[in-house]
Amino acid sequence: MNVAVAKTGSGRAVSDLFASAEGRLPGSLAVVAVRREAFETYERLGLPHRRIEEWKYTDLRALVGEVLPLAAAPDAAALSRAADAVKAHAFAGASKLVLVDGVFAADLSDVKALPSGVSVTTLREALDKSADLLTTASADAVISLNAAMATDGVVLSIADGAQLSAPVQIIHVATVPSASNFTRSQVRIGKGARPTIIESFVAAGAGAYQVNDAVLVSIGDDADVAYIRLMDDAADAVNITSQFVTVGANVKLNYFNMTSGGAVSRLQGFITFAGEGSELSLNGVNLLKKTEHGDLSLVVDHAVPNCMSRETFRAVIDDRGHSVFQGRIIVRPDAQKTDGKMMTRALLLSDEAEADNKPELEIFADDVSCGHGATAGALDDSLLFYLKARGLPEKQAQALLIQAFVGEAIEQIADDDLREHVIGLAERWLERRS
Amino acid sequence: MALLEVKDLKVRVEEREILHGLTLTVNEGEIHAIMGPNGSGKSTLSHVIAGKPGYEVTDGQILFKGEDLLEMDPEERAARGVFLAFQYPVEIPGVATMTFLRTALNAQRKARGESEYSTPDFLKKVREVSKSLNIPQDMLKRGVNVGFSGGEKKRNEVLQMALFEPSLCILDEMDSGLDIDALRIAADGVNALRSPKRAMVVITHYQRLLNYIVPDFVHVMSKGRVVKSGGKELALELEESGYAQFEDAA
Repeated sequence: MNVAVAKTGSGRAVSDLFASAEGRLPGSLAVVAVRREAFETYERLGLPHRRIEEWKYTDLRALVGEVLPLAAAPDAAALSRAADAVKAHAFAGASKLVLVDGVFAADLSDVKALPSGVSVTTLREALDKSADLLTTASADAVISLNAAMATDGVVLSIADGAQLSAPVQIIHVATVPSASNFTRSQVRIGKGARPTIIESFVAAGAGAYQVNDAVLVSIGDDADVAYIRLMDDAADAVNITSQFVTVGANVKLNYFNMTSGGAVSRLQGFITFAGEGSELSLNGVNLLKKTEHGDLSLVVDHAVPNCMSRETFRAVIDDRGHSVFQGRIIVRPDAQKTDGKMMTRALLLSDEAEADNKPELEIFADDVSCGHGATAGALDDSLLFYLKARGLPEKQAQALLIQAFVGEAIEQIADDDLREHVIGLAERWLERRS
Repeated sequence: MALLEVKDLKVRVEEREILHGLTLTVNEGEIHAIMGPNGSGKSTLSHVIAGKPGYEVTDGQILFKGEDLLEMDPEERAARGVFLAFQYPVEIPGVATMTFLRTALNAQRKARGESEYSTPDFLKKVREVSKSLNIPQDMLKRGVNVGFSGGEKKRNEVLQMALFEPSLCILDEMDSGLDIDALRIAADGVNALRSPKRAMVVITHYQRLLNYIVPDFVHVMSKGRVVKSGGKELALELEESGYAQFEDAA
């Protein structure tokens, strides 16, 4: 790959993108240097394409073409539209942290009434002190572009031992069409803390916007965490999110992602076990129709012994939708007694629907239990007939079976209200379908 | 007007004709038994009446309350009062029995332009019926038929029959896979639903079931036709002599 291809591939705007945005990007001189370097990496690589193994099924050059210019900072009208969207998508009782068009909106956030043990600043503030948050363990073109362009983000810290009775919800709202939002956040969860974090991506009127989000999560020893992501973007939107999660010892993490909107979505999660005795439940649901493309790519790195990971993924694909699940489990040489399994199932509702599943096990230890399984198929005709013979019209019978199918992943959410909230989102998708 | 009129029905499955001109009339309040050897077309008849895909009706008609049943989707037939108790009820993981019962009942009521059942009324009704059928409450919370024994699955069919209150019940080989105790419970459930307004078509291979659900009429099917009809004594006759005579006759 060379510069020339990158420029033709993603068009004239490649270097303009950074140059025109630079004045709006927060950070000291040291930060500017890091951003420049990150942008050069992006320029060199260009948008990921199918010849790059990790992006084989999600060719951003073909699917997205070019990166849109940075969204303008929200004005009063945009914030007012965003406020309505926040009201519609807020989880009852949650402490809300709102990013509008890539900028933290303090007035829409519950910063003055945070529960004890929760503190919040912004990426903008953090970059005044150092460029640390712009560096990650690994960085592909998309992550590098995020480091170069991130305008703001939430820096959330949960104190050691904090037992939160209500979730903290980060809500990303897009109000500007044909523009990009670059956000980068950090979530630090202290030892023994018990938080529930929700991240929601929604639109307030905007259509074809682009999101490039990065989140750096660290979880302290003995923490018990529920982390729920809801990608419910506008139908024409693009959302590429990268998450880095470092897990301490004896942690219980229940991680869930549901994609129920967006033309092109990818969540790439890099999860690393840094302490022994931890248990991860990683679950995902893709609900795709028309020509939507949804990609969940998880890399679970068992870097230490005695940890367990369970991945359950369900995709429901209608029309010409395309779902991708890539699950890589790495078991390092010392990581004995690793127990890592993944199971992915796709439900194809049309002849043109496509599901790609790519499990990868890289095992370097000899005393481990790892496995994977994948199925793809249509709704069972005998079940459909049974339901119809009991009076359910076709669409309603299908909806009941689809709900049951994704329920296998959703039921992993322990909190009743939160689970109902997610089921409600899935039901709304089913209603939009019929 | 008869409740169900099957007239000279010819049905094919994948180029092969299974029913070769079957005629059957069922009036309100009557119980008809259809007996016959394996492959005689008994289950095909039940599937065609319920609207299962995969069957091609090449001739004849089915009238239900005077209307052309074959023009209706399966769910419309259900809403109008046709109920098929399946020989092998399917398991539906992830759909709680209670949710299923309620969704189905309300879908039928909606199709008939009736109001939906309120939650307390629905629960009360389910509790009453399930108790009489010896169906424990925790079974209703599980996925539809998931992990149910053969007897439990059949009792679940009878439970639905009681809830949906159909005017025509077709029991397809209800006795298959049941021991004598399970059979008695299921049959008692069915008998409790006998009414002057409700007709039943009991499809069975063996006479045994008819000791519990006593029919008004017995029809013998062979090779896709009704070859003999009579009263309940015909079933006993068959038990003695077997189906061989009819297979030759047909």
